[in-house]
Amino acid sequence: MTQSVVEKAEFREERLRLSWVGALGMALVALVLLWVVVQAVTKPSQFASAFVTGINNGALYALIALGYTLVYGIIELINFSHGDLFMLSTILAAFVIVTVFNATSPSWSAVFVALIALVICMSGAGGLNVAAERLAYRRLRRAPKLAPLITAVGLSFVYQFFGVLTNGSAQRPWDTILGNSGFTIGNVKINWMTLVVIAVTVPLLLAMSWLVTNTRQGKAMRATAQDQDAARLMGIDVDRTIAFTFGLGGALAGAAGLLYMQSMQVTRWDAGFRLGLFAFTAAVLGGIGNLTGAVVGGFLIGLVGSLNDSLGLGQQWGQTVIFAILIVLMVFKPEGILGRPSVEKV
Amino acid sequence: MATAVESHRPAGWRRLVSFPIVFTALAVLIFFFYQTVLVKLVAPVQTFMGGWFPLNGINQCIIWGMLAVGLNIVVGYAGLLDLGYVAFWAIGGYVAGWIMSPFFAQWNFNLLGSPAPGFDQGIHVNFWLVLPIAAAFCALWGIIIGAPTLRLKSDYLALVTLGFGEIAIEFFRNGDNVFGFNLTNSSRAITPLDAIPLGPLSLIPGVPDRLGPFDNSYKFLVYSLLAAFAIFVSLRIRVGRLGRAWLAIREDELAASMMGVPLMRTKLAAYAVGAALGGIGGVAYASLVNGVNADDFQFANSIILLAMVVLGGMGNVWGVFIGALVLEWINAIGLQQFGDTFNSSFGTQVNFPSYNFLIFGALLILMMLFRREGLLPEARTKRVLQEPDRVTAEALGADMEGTDPDLEDLEGTKV
Repeated sequence: MTQSVVEKAEFREERLRLSWVGALGMALVALVLLWVVVQAVTKPSQFASAFVTGINNGALYALIALGYTLVYGIIELINFSHGDLFMLSTILAAFVIVTVFNATSPSWSAVFVALIALVICMSGAGGLNVAAERLAYRRLRRAPKLAPLITAVGLSFVYQFFGVLTNGSAQRPWDTILGNSGFTIGNVKINWMTLVVIAVTVPLLLAMSWLVTNTRQGKAMRATAQDQDAARLMGIDVDRTIAFTFGLGGALAGAAGLLYMQSMQVTRWDAGFRLGLFAFTAAVLGGIGNLTGAVVGGFLIGLVGSLNDSLGLGQQWGQTVIFAILIVLMVFKPEGILGRPSVEKV
Repeated sequence: MATAVESHRPAGWRRLVSFPIVFTALAVLIFFFYQTVLVKLVAPVQTFMGGWFPLNGINQCIIWGMLAVGLNIVVGYAGLLDLGYVAFWAIGGYVAGWIMSPFFAQWNFNLLGSPAPGFDQGIHVNFWLVLPIAAAFCALWGIIIGAPTLRLKSDYLALVTLGFGEIAIEFFRNGDNVFGFNLTNSSRAITPLDAIPLGPLSLIPGVPDRLGPFDNSYKFLVYSLLAAFAIFVSLRIRVGRLGRAWLAIREDELAASMMGVPLMRTKLAAYAVGAALGGIGGVAYASLVNGVNADDFQFANSIILLAMVVLGGMGNVWGVFIGALVLEWINAIGLQQFGDTFNSSFGTQVNFPSYNFLIFGALLILMMLFRREGLLPEARTKRVLQEPDRVTAEALGADMEGTDPDLEDLEGTKV
């Protein structure tokens, strides 16, 4: 809020700064693109398999990033615990699919089990998110911003505790329905699971976007995001709308959890921290609060991550690369690729 | 406001003068208890104290307290949520690892250092010189990290500091091969660290001339001194121009900038001072555990420190310090001991230390929901945190009357 005022006061210096900052940012992007092109030309097969992995991860990031961006769009809260909600749903998915139904090989009944598990994970994660909103965030809606943020951090710790409790402190491998089976095009192996991930993600994203743009509930969400008080005056039940948004974001994280468990074939209690932050970066990259942006950002981050893992600095620097993107983005273009620069009300 | 500050000043001054005396007296008392009294007591008392209050653990609590006081400057005073504070702790630790250990065996340099016996190669700088060096180095990093990011809004800032923290951690973890150069030795740890030389103090009979890894009782005095320094700096800055500027920014950034507070410079100062104290804490921690291990620095540490700041009452130095002592004691000793006692008396196999995430997470949530100002709040923080911000207060319409439980509290509060 103060930013805009202060910047106006130092208008001339600011414009000067922005011009070279912009140039530097463009130069950075150009360098990265150049590197990608060079890699694609010199090592085509490696590049292609990294690309496939990237799309797979990117779909998961997009699903999680939507949860961040929905919640941020409506109440301007970075729901820090969202990644750990996703982690809990990976564990729930493993429990339902493997422990309860023992579906570890492809068959029609396994498809049925997977669908049941998808419903359970989505409603479980959505319900948990709604409960968190109802019990904690709602009471803090009028508190200073630090309070809900610290609450979210605390909630993430609590979720992680339950993750350790149910999954143990080491990662746990699982037999999955499709396993590693797949087909090859040229030298590039594509897992069936990657296709399933895309086949589940794309309809979910389309349904989400239809829900937000074409339904009454979506209209209420958009109105609440713009101005809660005005929305309330128009007869919108703001509390219900916000709870619904949390539920929607949680459900997407639940779906992502199941897909992660099936495609990575492991569950681990600290997956949520890492993937949650990656997804948050994706949301920021696309422009936080912007639904299309979150999806685009998710796929971009997925690609950058997998290209780095196989062709770049290697997996041990994965976090550094993604967080460097986050920081560079925050400094140069905080509104993201598709977002609009926000002018804050004083 | 000005008159309020004036009228508080005499009381504040008395507190400032009396605090070093009381603190020193307490520290010396505890020191003598462990040094001379405890060894003469009956065995059950000794085992009890050794189990529940080991000196090593108490030293650790004090260092965490010092770090929490440092984080309090950033979070409590200036209101900037920093989720990557562990980075400064790590940087401070590695400064100690680099210049007071035999790690860089290819260079030989000794500046009043006291290397561990048999480890003469490498760089050895005197512990008391390493402290300001680490503080300055961390402050520099605080400024480097802060300068581009402090323009961001509070919640974005939190994420960016977290990103920096994670990058720092990953750098130190992968730092055993920086272009082929072993800079941090990763999780194999840089060890052993130099002893703490006591210089002229060793002329006092009975005082050793250097404190090795096991001289916990004398180290207790050293760490108490450092903690006292951190507390003293915090309290002194608090009443000065800079401290009041921080509080003004915390309470209303816009109003502060209109009153002529230079936002960027003031926030950077908060970052630099907080980072410097973190660096001192890092050196102290490295000397306590006699090494620097990349695995010691986890994201969870940042959050536990935040819980300490929140528990004690953001902005209240004493509250934060005592909150940190209590929480770290629970985390490092209390849970383990309680678990052992519980399991042996009920024949159960509950792993109590693993409950620390639940405890810290629930603590953060419950504090934010029910006692946002902390257990030992400053009167000032209490007012700010219980009152809705200006925009909200203006926006509270008549249609909400009776629907919002907060509205009742609003009456009688001057907004």
